[in-house]
Amino acid sequence: MHNDPHFDFTASLEKALADPQLGENFKNAMTGLRGKRLAIFPDADELAKLRATGKAVKARALSKLPELLVRLEANCVKNGIRVHWAQTGEEANAMILDILRAHGATRLVKGKSMASEETGLNHYLEKHDVEALETDLGEFIIQLDGETPSHIIVPAVHKNKKQVAETFHRHLPGAPYTEDVQELNAMARKTLREKFRTAHAGLSGVNFAVAETGTLVLVENEGNGRMCTHVPPVHIALMGIDKVVENLSDLPPLLRLLTGSATGQLMTTYLNCITSPRREGEKDGPKEVHLVLLDNGRTRLFADPQLSAGLRCIRCGACMNNCPVYVRVGGHAYGSVYPGPIGSVLTPQFEGIDAKGDLAGASSLCGACEEVCPVLIPLAEHLRRIRAEGQGCPDTCHVRGCGSKRTLAETLAWKAWAFLESNPWLRERLLRLAGLLGDRIPAVGPLKAWTSARTTPKLAPKSLRQLVREEGIRHE
Amino acid sequence: MSSQDAREQILSRLGAHKPGPPPTVAPHLAWSAPVLAPAERTASLVKRMEAMRAEIRRTPEKKWKEALAQLLTDKGPATLAYGPGAWFAKDLKTLLAKSNTEAKPYAEDAEHFRDTLFGTAASITSVQAGIAETGALVLIPGPGEPRLLSLVPPVHIAVLRASDIVSTLAEALETLSSGTTMASNVVLVTGPSKTADIELTLAFGVHGPKEVVVLLLE
Repeated sequence: MHNDPHFDFTASLEKALADPQLGENFKNAMTGLRGKRLAIFPDADELAKLRATGKAVKARALSKLPELLVRLEANCVKNGIRVHWAQTGEEANAMILDILRAHGATRLVKGKSMASEETGLNHYLEKHDVEALETDLGEFIIQLDGETPSHIIVPAVHKNKKQVAETFHRHLPGAPYTEDVQELNAMARKTLREKFRTAHAGLSGVNFAVAETGTLVLVENEGNGRMCTHVPPVHIALMGIDKVVENLSDLPPLLRLLTGSATGQLMTTYLNCITSPRREGEKDGPKEVHLVLLDNGRTRLFADPQLSAGLRCIRCGACMNNCPVYVRVGGHAYGSVYPGPIGSVLTPQFEGIDAKGDLAGASSLCGACEEVCPVLIPLAEHLRRIRAEGQGCPDTCHVRGCGSKRTLAETLAWKAWAFLESNPWLRERLLRLAGLLGDRIPAVGPLKAWTSARTTPKLAPKSLRQLVREEGIRHE
Repeated sequence: MSSQDAREQILSRLGAHKPGPPPTVAPHLAWSAPVLAPAERTASLVKRMEAMRAEIRRTPEKKWKEALAQLLTDKGPATLAYGPGAWFAKDLKTLLAKSNTEAKPYAEDAEHFRDTLFGTAASITSVQAGIAETGALVLIPGPGEPRLLSLVPPVHIAVLRASDIVSTLAEALETLSSGTTMASNVVLVTGPSKTADIELTLAFGVHGPKEVVVLLLE
């Protein structure tokens, strides 16, 4: 669904911009989220400390990633958690299906997991006759409509309550049409409680995995994550290999940054720390816990000295909420699992610049994303790097599909520019000629596109260099 | 490709690249949560948890039975689930025998008790510790008080001793890991379950309890 090779970003953006309701929904929601984040971090010095500490904790974990993964695995196994490794989304999906089949499980309840969006798990399981039911309220809403998340934290943020009301009325048996948010929540609660009680297995993501103790840490507000990981007899946790941290003591600054940046909360309703399946004498909890460690392109990022900083991301969504492009077009326009600034950096690396390199163009490089990133990822720098790789940069080329955005016209234009700049005589003549044209430059080709939203440049009759030569410099 | 092959491939790719030494934070930028004096801890926890819509009932420790009886009268749940291993289990049984609330001890495996629990009106659990900094209860379920007690029934009553309130999350985590192994499950709870997934409108009682009542023994 996401790996559409014919994805047309420009058309997708135009479609989003033409939908005033969508723009309104995003504007309202993102303004709200930005305000909440600001309110929870009132002290600039404190926030600077938190971010520096958060960055250092994640960077330390990455600096010893292979060691920590091995340690996490050893401690999980010691605790009775079964650990699996998957290089690709397909491998992860197949492993998950194997686990489910071993238990004859055909009904899976899912807590929120962006990694499972990456692997396209729901679609895969449905093809193999397993019902994979999303239980996070936002995910539940969009699954009913066959949509994908438009935001990594608030997946149904593109819909207003009228649209949710219609969705429930259409898809939930016997549901009356109501725009009362409390009643809509009650309907979801009633429907999903029955599913939690009768599910054969539960799947969740992982926010942080602690290597020192072999503990999986999940952050949530609704309680659906606890339902998925506590009620069914089997729990499968799916995590990207970038989620491992070294020690329990690494958690407090990261949790504060995550919940504060994502939803403006000091702490979520629940912090669920899972260290083992049901132990001897315990009366509940899953009898089996499986952890699937997913690479899916992360080792490739890891090898790049600059872009590996992207692996620090704790998936808070603040870069999206603050991005002037994302706020106007919404998440679906990006046609990717991860939208917004971090998505525009990660997606071209995961799926190739040839397929998704255009995403890096959807930024004014204003740097708002960097200003809020809790782990100080230099997003604008990364966006520029992806753009440059699209053109092909001989020394540092690393990302899959690099150079694929280079066109003959552009190559020729740069060649001509380089030639002009190294021939002062010719440059001078051409500049004079251009000066004579003034504002009579014909708006054709790329200039026409460029001037569609900008004022046409007007060339001065004389160049600055010429003026200086004639009049000298006045020191005023 | 098998999981074992994938493991080797992933680790070898990661091992091929040597990242620099682990970065350090300049001392003036190292963050830690402010530590509160014992006297301020209770007030901070109460303030923060009330802001999260938890109901706090404060009572002198020696009058806790009366306070709990009053609480049960006020809430009037038809059924109350509890873990036989809770420190107050024996007194609770006596208390419930005199009330209109039917006791539901969670004394058998979930496979047998689950349907009963999904039909139970309220639950009561002990609390291992409180966290003043964020306002949170630390629950450590185990054989005596299973995991689902604090999750499934619509009303969750949590019994917390004020002397068990620590200052920060970091402090609470230290105690958790000081033993040889972590408990199979540790849950921090700040209030009733909630969501803001529809138009960012806050709504309480989604999948977990709709009400969290803390009986705070001082």
